Amino acid sequence: MATILLDQVRKVYAGNVEAVKGVSIDIADGEFIVLVGPSGCGKSTLLRMIAGLEEISGGEIHIGDRVVNNVEPADRDIAMVFQNYALYPHMSVYDNLAYGLRNRGVAKGEIDSRVKEAARILEIGTFLDRKPRQLSGGQRQRVAMGRAIVRQPAAFLFDEPLSNLDAKLRVQMRIEIKRLQKALGTTSVYVTHDQLEAMTLANRLVVLNHGRIEQIGTPLDVYEAPATTFVAGFIGSPAMNLIPVKAKEGGLALETGEGLLAPNGHGVAQAILGVRPEDLVLATDGVAAPGGLSLEMTVIAVEPVGAESYVHGTVEGLKDDIVMRAGPKTDYAPGSRLKLTAVPEKLHIFDAQTGARLNA
Amino acid sequence: MVENRPWLTFFSHFILLAGVVIVLFPVWVAFVASTHDPRDMLSGVVPLWPGDRFIQNYYEIFVEGMAKAGAPPIGLLMMNSLIMALAIAIGKIAISIISAFAIVYFRFPLRVLFFWLIFITLMLPVEVRILPTFEVTAGLGLLNSYTGLTLPLIASATATFLFRQFYMTIPEELSEAARIDGAGPMKFFRDILLPLSRTNIAGLFVILFIYGWNQYLWPLLVTTDEGYYTIVISIQRMVSVPDSEPLWHVIMATVILAMIPPVLVVVFMQRLFIKGLVETEK
Repeated sequence: MATILLDQVRKVYAGNVEAVKGVSIDIADGEFIVLVGPSGCGKSTLLRMIAGLEEISGGEIHIGDRVVNNVEPADRDIAMVFQNYALYPHMSVYDNLAYGLRNRGVAKGEIDSRVKEAARILEIGTFLDRKPRQLSGGQRQRVAMGRAIVRQPAAFLFDEPLSNLDAKLRVQMRIEIKRLQKALGTTSVYVTHDQLEAMTLANRLVVLNHGRIEQIGTPLDVYEAPATTFVAGFIGSPAMNLIPVKAKEGGLALETGEGLLAPNGHGVAQAILGVRPEDLVLATDGVAAPGGLSLEMTVIAVEPVGAESYVHGTVEGLKDDIVMRAGPKTDYAPGSRLKLTAVPEKLHIFDAQTGARLNA
Repeated sequence: MVENRPWLTFFSHFILLAGVVIVLFPVWVAFVASTHDPRDMLSGVVPLWPGDRFIQNYYEIFVEGMAKAGAPPIGLLMMNSLIMALAIAIGKIAISIISAFAIVYFRFPLRVLFFWLIFITLMLPVEVRILPTFEVTAGLGLLNSYTGLTLPLIASATATFLFRQFYMTIPEELSEAARIDGAGPMKFFRDILLPLSRTNIAGLFVILFIYGWNQYLWPLLVTTDEGYYTIVISIQRMVSVPDSEPLWHVIMATVILAMIPPVLVVVFMQRLFIKGLVETEK
C-alpha cells in the first residue's frame, strides 16, 4: 500500500520526440487511477515509467516516500499485468506465480501459502500444474493477475489487460478486477483506451492527449463537465456534438448562419458549443426550451442499438453531423426535419482557440 | 486435403519410392560389399545380394584391426569422430546462443558492428578461408590436436542467426515481466530463454553433429598423426593404399559403421528435431 506521486514527469525519446510532457498526478493510497487517451497519447509510456521499464527524462516519481527514478523495477515494489499476459510459457501456473517470490528468496512455505491463497481468490486452483498454453484467454488473464497478487506489492500497474479478451469476458473480468482491487485495497494504475473500462473502473480518471493531462477527475465529473473540447469529444459514446459558434446580437449563432442557437452567457466573440446526444430532445410543438438550444436537423440515418436509437443528421451551415439519442424503435425517414432543443444547464461552452471550458 | 484421385496417388507414391531407391541403392551396395569375400568385388561383377562373410568381415575389423587395410583401429577412429562431432555441435551451440543473447538483449557500444562481423562469417565457411585458417592453426601449434580439429569449425554465424531470429520472436513483455519478477539478465537467460530454446537446441544439435561427423577436408589437412584420424579420413586412406588392391570388404564395412552414429542421432532426436524446425513453444 502506498501513494504514488508524479511530479512534472517527462519522457523524451531519441530524436527529440517528447512522448510525455510534464505530467503531475497525486495518487492516494488505495486509489484506482485510470489513464485514458487515444493511442500515442503517452499513457503506456507513463505507466512503464512508473514500472521502471522506461527511463525518466525529467521530473520525479515517488512511490510511498521514496523517489524511484533510479530504482530497478524489481525493487519498486510494484506488480504489472501486461496486455499479452507475458506468462512464462514453459512454466506451470504454479511456477509462474512463484517465480518472482523465489527470486526474492521468500521461504518455501510462505510461497506455497501465498500461491494457494491467490489461486483461491482467482479460482485458478484447479489448474495450478497446467502450462499457460493449455489455458483459455480468460484463465491466462487470471494467472497474470495472480502473479501480481502473490507479490503483495505497493501498487498494481495494468497495461490494457483486457484488450485481448472477447467482449463478454471483458465485462466479466472488468467487474472482477474492480472487486479484487476493492478487496485488496492496493493502489492501482490502469491504462486503457476503452472509455467504458475507464469510466467503470476508475476512482479518478486521467485523460491524456499528446503527452499532456487534459483533465483529472472522477468519471462523472469528467463526463458532466469536460475541461476541454478534447475530453468532451473523447469521453462519452457517441461523442458530444461540438458546434463552432460566433456571438451575435442577442446570443450565439452558427458561424455561417444567422439564426440564434443559444444565449451568450459568457460574452465571447467565438466559441465551441457542446451538447451530448442524450441531452438533445425534440422541441415540443416546435418551441425550444427557454434560454436553451434551438437547432433544426435533417435526418440522414437512424441507428437502432436496442435499448435506444441514435439519430444522425445534418444542420445547415455545419460541417459535422449531429447525433441525437432517441428512444428504442425510433423511425424517422431520411430527409425529415426535426426541431431540437436542450436546456441551458446541459450546454457546454468552450473557448474557440484553446478549447478550454468556459462555463462552470 | 481430401482427394480421391487414384492416378495422382499412384504417381506421387511412385516419385517417392523412386527417390528412396536412388538414395538407398548405394547404401545397399556398400552393405552387400561388406559381406563378401574381397575377391568377389574385384571379379568385375558387383554382387547385389549379401554374401556369407558378414560375421567374418566385421569380426576382422573389430578384432584383428585394420592395420592390414592401412588404417588405425576402428575404435579409435570412431572415438575421434565422436569427439569432433560432439565438440563442434556443443561448441557452436554454446557460443552462438550466448552471442545471440548479447546481440538481442543488450545495448552495448559497437553492437551493430559486432552483429555485422558475425554476419560476415556466414560468407566465409571453412572451405573459403582454409589456407589462412590452416596457417593460423599451424602457427598456434594446434596441428594434430582435438582443439585444432574442432575450434576453427566452431566459429560460424549460422547458429547465431537461428537463435537471434528466435529471440526476436519472444515478446518483449516476457523479459520485462522477468525484470519485474526480480530476475537479472543471467537469471532470465537461464530460467526463461534456455528452456524456451530447448527444441531449437535439439534441432541444431542434430544438424551440427552430422556436419561435424562428416567433416572431410579440414581433418585431412590438420591431422598427420594417425592417432587423430577420424573415420571419414580413414576411408579415404584405405581407398588410396599404394601398391595393392584396396580391401573393399573392409572399406565398405567401415562405411556402414561410419553411418551408424549419425543415423542413431537422427532416429533418437527426430521428434525434437522436427519440433525445433517447425514450431516454437510460445
